[in-house]
Amino acid sequence: MLRINIILKYLRILFQFWSTSLSIELEYKLNLFVEILSTIGNLAGSLFVLSMFYTADNTLGGWPWHSSLIILGFYTLIESFTISFLQPNLSRIVKQVQNGTLDFVLLKPVNSQLWLSFRTFSPYGLPSLIVGIILIYIGLVKGNYYVNELSLIISFVMFICGLIILYSLWFLIASTSIWFVKIWNANEVLRSVLISGRYPISAYPLALRPILTFLLPVAFLTTVPAQALLGIAPFSLMMVGVTIAIVFFVFSINFWKYALKFYTSASS
Amino acid sequence: MFKKLFTKKRSRIFNLYRVFRALFISQYALMVEYRAEIALWAISGTLPLIMLSLWSNSQAIYSFGYNPINLAHYFISAFVVRQFTAVWVMVSLEEDNLEGKISPYLLQPVPPIFRYLFSHISEQFSRLPLVLLMIFLLFLFKPNYFWLPNIGSLIISIGTIFIAFLLRFLIHWIFAMICFFTDKASSLERLLLIPYLFLSGMIAPLEAYPEQIKQFALLTPFPYILYLPSKMLSSQSFNQTINIEVLFIWIVVLSIVSVFTWRIGVKHYSAMGA
Repeated sequence: MLRINIILKYLRILFQFWSTSLSIELEYKLNLFVEILSTIGNLAGSLFVLSMFYTADNTLGGWPWHSSLIILGFYTLIESFTISFLQPNLSRIVKQVQNGTLDFVLLKPVNSQLWLSFRTFSPYGLPSLIVGIILIYIGLVKGNYYVNELSLIISFVMFICGLIILYSLWFLIASTSIWFVKIWNANEVLRSVLISGRYPISAYPLALRPILTFLLPVAFLTTVPAQALLGIAPFSLMMVGVTIAIVFFVFSINFWKYALKFYTSASS
Repeated sequence: MFKKLFTKKRSRIFNLYRVFRALFISQYALMVEYRAEIALWAISGTLPLIMLSLWSNSQAIYSFGYNPINLAHYFISAFVVRQFTAVWVMVSLEEDNLEGKISPYLLQPVPPIFRYLFSHISEQFSRLPLVLLMIFLLFLFKPNYFWLPNIGSLIISIGTIFIAFLLRFLIHWIFAMICFFTDKASSLERLLLIPYLFLSGMIAPLEAYPEQIKQFALLTPFPYILYLPSKMLSSQSFNQTINIEVLFIWIVVLSIVSVFTWRIGVKHYSAMGA
């Protein structure tokens, strides 16, 4: 009973958070226009680059054109999550450590990691969300792939695992700002590695694939959910994905608790 | 009288030199403070290397006249060029505008553009050892990619890279002026990144592009920011004609436009709280 109360409380808080940040963001109407324009531009550019790989061969690392579209679709969905949640929230941790306003967050009777991770919501991820779903749909229909409910559910679970991995990595980097204070660029590093998720992992040289699977698990963000959707994901790989997601998430929680012990507020 | 005029002029030039030197030294000290940040930022410019690893597995490169080795030279050069043409003036100008920091700059007898310009140039110097280290590591793992440009082409390349940097800086500066009107201009940077990514030759050498898109790209300033200096640095011959006039026309036009947009923009500057 108590558990349900807590969950309800947090849901209410999240609703409050997001509705206020939505009304703040709507103040800057030009941004929405810019965001839609850049989503379309990015889509056109990505399709153009992808088509260049298919001029000589009919495959990219063993993936035909339509299944590459599905990977691009998953990449766009990841990007939408990044724009809506990760970027606006986790970039603020750095600022709060710098200015010492993290004190006010820690004093609140709310889990500080939850507060920091989901305080704001940016509606500008919405265009990417729509584009991502459309890309996956087109890839499935034009490629004549048959998808049953089971593979749809498995793919969804794998995608959620991918989001958890990405979130945990990003939060880990952001929480190191307790020591290093200015760590804004570390997230740029993560973002730049993330770009490699636009293409199937098998398109990369053999030496790079283990790095992109285990060290910086880009494979689980796009390639594995796409494989799961098409029903060709190896079971062992999916289990590895789930394990990595759980390990990363638990580690990020404990690491944050550990990092907070070193927090000295500003100017002390 | 002539002598007087001459000395006055000389002292003015000398003064300007002193100001630039002071700006450079102070900004360099600031940048070295944040060297860990700059190291991370340097690592984040790996897109050309990601593209290299993708293209090197593809058969398509032969159809546009490359082989794995000179393709590697092209993309490694692109990586270096990108490092020295990094521009973040929109973000810092937006921040300075929101916090009212431009007010003291306006009171000083140096046009504020030079302050931003020198902060970029001094950052390039603090980045130089990092880039050399990364290139060294790259050649260590991939010794067959190693090459050395000869001294002549190296000097020309450095010149071209600097022109490329100026071109990119001017474009960003002009767009940064919009922050005087809307406060939040850095979202425009995301927009500006798109033609830079797809038209500059970052994702593939320009030879790989279909003919019409290539011709269109060469009329925009973007290939001159990355493709041209990368080709120079990798000491490769050009498989197609590059109209260097286009580059100079863009520099002249953008310089003039940047002066005017600054004059218009700064009139709208209202300091903080207005």
